[in-house]
Amino acid sequence: MGDLQEGLDMISIASDRPTVRIAAPGADRTDRADRAGHAAAAGPAGSADGPGAPPAVVELAGVSVFYSGYEAVRETSMPIRQHRVTALIGPSGCGKSTILRTMNRMNDLIPGARVTGRVSYRGQDLYAPEVDPIEVRRRIGMVFQKPNPFPKSIYDNVAYGPRVTGMKVGSMDDHVEQALRGAALWDEVKGKLRSNGLALSGGQQQRLCIARTIAVRPEVILMDEPCSALDPIATGRIEELMHELAQHYTIVIVTHNMQQAARVSHYTAFFTAEVDADGVRHGKLVELNDTGKLFTDPDDKRTEDYITGRFG
Amino acid sequence: MTPAVLAAPAPSDPEVALTRRRVRVGETLFRLVLLACLVVAFAFLAWLIAFAVYRGWDRLDARLWQNMPTGRVSRIEGAGVQSAITGTLWVIGTTALICLPIGILAAIYLEEYADNERWYNRLLELNIQNLAGVPSIIFGILGLGVIARALGLGFTVLTAALILALLVLPIVIIATREAIRAVPQSIRQASYALGATRWQTVSRQVLPIAVPGIATGSILALSRAIGEAAPLIMLGAVTYITFNPDGLDSAYTVLPVQIYSLVIEAQAGFQRLGAAAIVLLLGLLLLMNSLAIVVRNRFQKRW
Repeated sequence: MGDLQEGLDMISIASDRPTVRIAAPGADRTDRADRAGHAAAAGPAGSADGPGAPPAVVELAGVSVFYSGYEAVRETSMPIRQHRVTALIGPSGCGKSTILRTMNRMNDLIPGARVTGRVSYRGQDLYAPEVDPIEVRRRIGMVFQKPNPFPKSIYDNVAYGPRVTGMKVGSMDDHVEQALRGAALWDEVKGKLRSNGLALSGGQQQRLCIARTIAVRPEVILMDEPCSALDPIATGRIEELMHELAQHYTIVIVTHNMQQAARVSHYTAFFTAEVDADGVRHGKLVELNDTGKLFTDPDDKRTEDYITGRFG
Repeated sequence: MTPAVLAAPAPSDPEVALTRRRVRVGETLFRLVLLACLVVAFAFLAWLIAFAVYRGWDRLDARLWQNMPTGRVSRIEGAGVQSAITGTLWVIGTTALICLPIGILAAIYLEEYADNERWYNRLLELNIQNLAGVPSIIFGILGLGVIARALGLGFTVLTAALILALLVLPIVIIATREAIRAVPQSIRQASYALGATRWQTVSRQVLPIAVPGIATGSILALSRAIGEAAPLIMLGAVTYITFNPDGLDSAYTVLPVQIYSLVIEAQAGFQRLGAAAIVLLLGLLLLMNSLAIVVRNRFQKRW
């Protein structure tokens, strides 16, 4: 764990981006001390909108997403708070992955997708005409549902991001090592950096994808069901890693697994699919709350029905 | 009264017997039909090769590629098809240089850049598919009217290569698109999510993965071009050539056309030389197709 911590600190300190403020390591350690690894234990203190809440890095205001005219998600507003894990949960087809993808403009890659409302990152409208989606994705990285390493060496997988973004790194070898340490993978792969990333196990591949993502030093990491293709042990390792990453990165995770949301997140947003007066289904945000509060004493009846239906 | 649930049959029920009861006629018949189709295709190829080898057997030696063709019966025993072999190499080499870059880049545009919602991209796609079905003689007429005459390139290696390139361009495009489409979307997404541009994603991730498929398709396209005679008959390849081409503006002939002009002669000597040239051309085609198979198997998908 010492290695891991060191790796994370180095990545954070080494940031040379002028426009993006990345807090010094440990800036909010005191704030986090009482978390003791489990958001559910944090209690109502520091709720999603409370005065003690950290600033929002990403802010959604009235965001709707359309796929070729069909409104998949309607009018979603929520903050994504700095150095916190925000989980998006809800039944299939409720639009949680869609909302996740609006935050780094991955929806641009889907033909016919259109976003209305305002998605802002540090006050900048991400969908303003002058914004370059490529720059957005350099700041807001993404880890996918199925581990998708490139069919290249472990080293090249991690070095790819810094290379294509033209990042200035002192030594690429050191940079790759830091990223792999940051993703808690270094000790397992340090002897075989030149072997193919696809030769790793599923869980290792997913950590390689996380290493690849943090190698470009994003501020926000979006995770789209990152553990759904993994076994429970690999899942546990990724969850543990997310706790470490949350000290330096802002994380948004979509998950089908409510226990996972309860274990890893500070805030949880519950989405559901609703049928409107015209008989058309739309995804909708029901409730965003402190994770502990949402799972024990939700404000909305629909949230309660959902979590008790699955837990009870 | 019928029970609510379909009950399992008792073990003594004859329905449960697992022994083979009868020959399934339809099943066997279908199998035989499939086999017959395969035999027809294979038998004709085997017959063709056997016939050509038999007819050309005593001409299948070094004379074939060491000597030039002749028009005189008295010299036929010493003649070969060297000018047609070098002509074929010149024409196909130039064809490859023209059609591979254009075809591959066009396919990249259609797969990675074109917005399918736009009517002109759909029109483009439809046209390419149609182009693949245009009879090759039509390309010959186009080459004669536009390239040889209007552009004034004449009956040269370059004219022939340009027309063959146009002819196989749709094949290259379609094969390359297939290869690019076979690259998993997750690879592109991962690359974009790291802040890579479209060109970086295409050149560093998509193309390297698609190379085996592109190579296979390209080789097959060129082997189609190498066997084409029809368009080149319009483009001066029938001229009686006793020298090797020495440039793009050189007169030329190619193997298929040379074969055509040999086998229509009445004297057995010409026909035997023609048969030997057929064996040579078939051998070349089989070689290229096996190369395509080797390339494909060698770089099988790694995920």
